[in-house]
Amino acid sequence: MSEQPMIKARNLWKHYGDNTVLERINVQVHAGEFITMVGASGCGKSTFLKMLLGMESPTYGELLLDDKPIPDEPDQSRGIVFQQYSVFPHLTVLKNVIIAREFEHSPLLGKLFGSARRQVHEEATELLETVGLADAANKYPHELSGGMRQRLAIAQALIRRPRILLLDEPFGALDPGIRNDMHILIRQLWRKHQLTVFMVTHDIKEGFSLGTRLWVFDKLRRDNQAPEAYGASITYDIPVGRADPEELEKLTGLHDPSPVLLRQASDS
Amino acid sequence: MKRLINLTPSRPVQVLLGLLPFALLIVIYMVASDARLEINPDDKLLPSFSQMGAALERLALEPSRRTGEYVFWQDTLSSLKRLGMGIAIAASIGFTIGLLTGALPSAHAPLAPLLTTISLVPPLALLPILFIVFGLGELSKVALIAIGVAPFIARDIQRCTLEIPREQLIKAQTLGASSWQIIVRVLIPQLLPRLINAVRLSLGAGWLFLIASEAIASTDGLGYRIFLVRRYMSMDVILPYVAWITFLAFTLDWLLAQLSRCCFTWHHQGGA
Repeated sequence: MSEQPMIKARNLWKHYGDNTVLERINVQVHAGEFITMVGASGCGKSTFLKMLLGMESPTYGELLLDDKPIPDEPDQSRGIVFQQYSVFPHLTVLKNVIIAREFEHSPLLGKLFGSARRQVHEEATELLETVGLADAANKYPHELSGGMRQRLAIAQALIRRPRILLLDEPFGALDPGIRNDMHILIRQLWRKHQLTVFMVTHDIKEGFSLGTRLWVFDKLRRDNQAPEAYGASITYDIPVGRADPEELEKLTGLHDPSPVLLRQASDS
Repeated sequence: MKRLINLTPSRPVQVLLGLLPFALLIVIYMVASDARLEINPDDKLLPSFSQMGAALERLALEPSRRTGEYVFWQDTLSSLKRLGMGIAIAASIGFTIGLLTGALPSAHAPLAPLLTTISLVPPLALLPILFIVFGLGELSKVALIAIGVAPFIARDIQRCTLEIPREQLIKAQTLGASSWQIIVRVLIPQLLPRLINAVRLSLGAGWLFLIASEAIASTDGLGYRIFLVRRYMSMDVILPYVAWITFLAFTLDWLLAQLSRCCFTWHHQGGA
């Protein structure tokens, strides 16, 4: 882990009109961390992810990447996987991955030919192999299962070698068994590509077991007459990953769950 | 006995039931036509099928005594040319405007209100203006079809562009795509099958504008012919022409559907 934090949020606030979504966020993230974010719906975790992506900007405060304000539109330094719709339905699996390199090398047509194409082909095939999609290279996304589509979305997000990978409930729509396979895959890729991962999840267990650090988004102040007056911030910032299974069991609600965690779990 | 809403006819019965109304209409027509012709052999209102056949043979297989052309084929060719040009122009203008207003907020702001307003102008009300500006030649007829159909296609494509999930556009940006590359590689390929669909839906209006403009000012064309022979109450020409126009409309629609199916398989198998 490097000395300097890669991402810094300093007194970050986000308002939508009168609605305060986030308030007083102060965090630092080092390169190589794997952060999972949990919280009730509308508690700003997705908003925070959108700020990291560059789709939203903070109302007050700063969000810094390498001590510079984070770029205010999406670019290739930050890959993203959404819960759905993040692959191109009109392209085969292989072309879905190649297109990223075509964007890079062919500004005018967005298409590669000849030897350049073959080279990119090889790279993409290799990447598809690591996510277990080599056999489906010539299929269209609608012919794939939900889990395979997410594997494709991940492969696509990685080909431009982003430093940061953002995951917005990527496994929310998958069966438990398949979700497990995806956890193994994402941890492998995180290590292999030395990524800094931010993942929003509704699955508290996933939040504890998958990453190295868990953030719980919740409102510190509440006004029942004006529920929108106060925003959420990060109420728990827990180092996880090295947590032993017994402790995990305890935290995820079998014995004496803490009130915050209980609320998160019932929400998911 | 099952409920009526659960009773589904078997496939052959369905086909038979589908053909039944057509057969019925033909029989009713033949009976009525025979009855009228029996009373007055010179009746023009409900000609027999042999009379229609004879009229069609005269127009399609014998050169016209006045011009030496095969009138039926000449009419068909002229009409299809006008319709094709009009629709092609409308499709290219409509697609471009729809794509730009759907994809670029800075094009949407100045163009969308104008587009909405223009699409509310009844195109036939503009026909006199077109005749004044472009004269009575081909141009005004093609222009009517293009002006009549383009706003519809533009609005439809605009809607389809806005319906493409934002996630895809964001994903493309995280893969390093520029606005231009997103338009060329993400939006246009996904909008082409939707363009074909929009053209299919607008062909009905296209035929309407074609026949209207031919009826008013033309020297040939399918619409011109039926309005010309109306003066002589030549139902024996009008009815086969209407059937022919219907057949052409059906064929065009079918061809477009096939084109879409073979070029954009992913679209028809449920891939958005």
